[in-house]
Amino acid sequence: MKTIFRAAAAAALAGLVPLSAAQAHKAWLLPSSTVLSGKGDLAVTVDAAASNDLFYFDHRPIPLQGLVVTAPGGAAVTPENTNTGKYRSTFDVPLKDPGTYRIALVTDSLFARYKENGEQKRWRGKAENLAKEIPATATDVVVTQAQRRLETFVSVGNPDEAALKPAGAGLELVPVTHPNDLVANEEAEFKLVIDGKPAAGVKVEIVRGGIRYRNQLGDTTVTSDANGAFKYKWPEAGMYWLEASVTDDKATANEAKERRATYSATFEVMPE
Amino acid sequence: MRILLSFGLTGLVAAPALAAEMEISIEVPKLDVSEYHRPYVAVWLEKPDQSVAANLAVWYDVANAKKEGDKWLKDLRQWWRRAGRSLAVPADGLTSATRAPGSHVVKIDAAHAALKDLAPGEYQLIVEAAREVGGREVVRIPVQWPPAKGTALNAKGEHELGTVAVNVTP
Repeated sequence: MKTIFRAAAAAALAGLVPLSAAQAHKAWLLPSSTVLSGKGDLAVTVDAAASNDLFYFDHRPIPLQGLVVTAPGGAAVTPENTNTGKYRSTFDVPLKDPGTYRIALVTDSLFARYKENGEQKRWRGKAENLAKEIPATATDVVVTQAQRRLETFVSVGNPDEAALKPAGAGLELVPVTHPNDLVANEEAEFKLVIDGKPAAGVKVEIVRGGIRYRNQLGDTTVTSDANGAFKYKWPEAGMYWLEASVTDDKATANEAKERRATYSATFEVMPE
Repeated sequence: MRILLSFGLTGLVAAPALAAEMEISIEVPKLDVSEYHRPYVAVWLEKPDQSVAANLAVWYDVANAKKEGDKWLKDLRQWWRRAGRSLAVPADGLTSATRAPGSHVVKIDAAHAALKDLAPGEYQLIVEAAREVGGREVVRIPVQWPPAKGTALNAKGEHELGTVAVNVTP
């Protein structure tokens, strides 16, 4: 019984790695559609995974704890058929009303590096477990708070913005161009906000999917201006992934000195 | 009495404009493919800034057995983005069933809801076709409305549309 429990806990921890250790792999959501017409029995299914190549689920699934789906009216939508497999998690989002849905995976956790008997160790978990899980004899303890938001957007009929209001915590994206109104060879504009305020001078990495079938990554980095705004002209149609991070001393957890806030999103760009 | 009289006068003044007509001929090509479905087609007038001046016709699977013919309207991508997504369908005088291969004529006169309030100017007539398990194509023809003189122009699609012709008469 104990063994089984340990195995499950280890698996859960292993599953958390990709979403938190963004440097190692790209974490992403991939919806089956982003622009839908019609009414009635509409839904999208979404893959959630972390991998080197976009958008291939060949490395690790992302656990679905922290999944928040917002309906056009602002109400929460309960995802259906959630599953976490070996390489990806999947879930369905029923789309009962016209408008824009925001699909987000939001996590807020603590990371610690410390030394025990001269040996470097790492810990991750919830704030309330920090004190009891890191030994009292530990030295050189450095605790970091990691706020992570991973998003994608889906619109039925006319896109709207009621579901896109920022939550006001961590790094978020505020659309100037609607994320479901993106077309190749057109310029789109977005704003980054941290804790609801403009995030200036933040580097945003933008990568088009389909990496497996080309030789170069072809990524682009743009930097947000004083208002947190950045623009990008999509060179061609496809699914795109973007990511930005901010590291500062504004941790909201008392135990942490440093806070790392990361935002990633998947956008679909349509042909002209 | 007075109201009736002024109404009558307005009618008289507007009478010459009412004669103007736009005749659009759209060829749905016969295609030698293993799985064929009739294309969805949208026809509209575009302003120089690419916004929609008037929706003229939308052919889609209005009588779909599962009532889900509108599920693929998004495949008319340009029309969907510029007009379709903010319209309710089916719409009287706008939407109708898909057409079989062959040439089909759409006649619209100046009294039609889409044209009666249209500001005089240069427009692009856009015909967009999208076919299930097939492709998508857009054909454009410049049109002046209301027409100063009778004009006939045509353009040819290469994949999902054959000849598209527009004939305007003052």
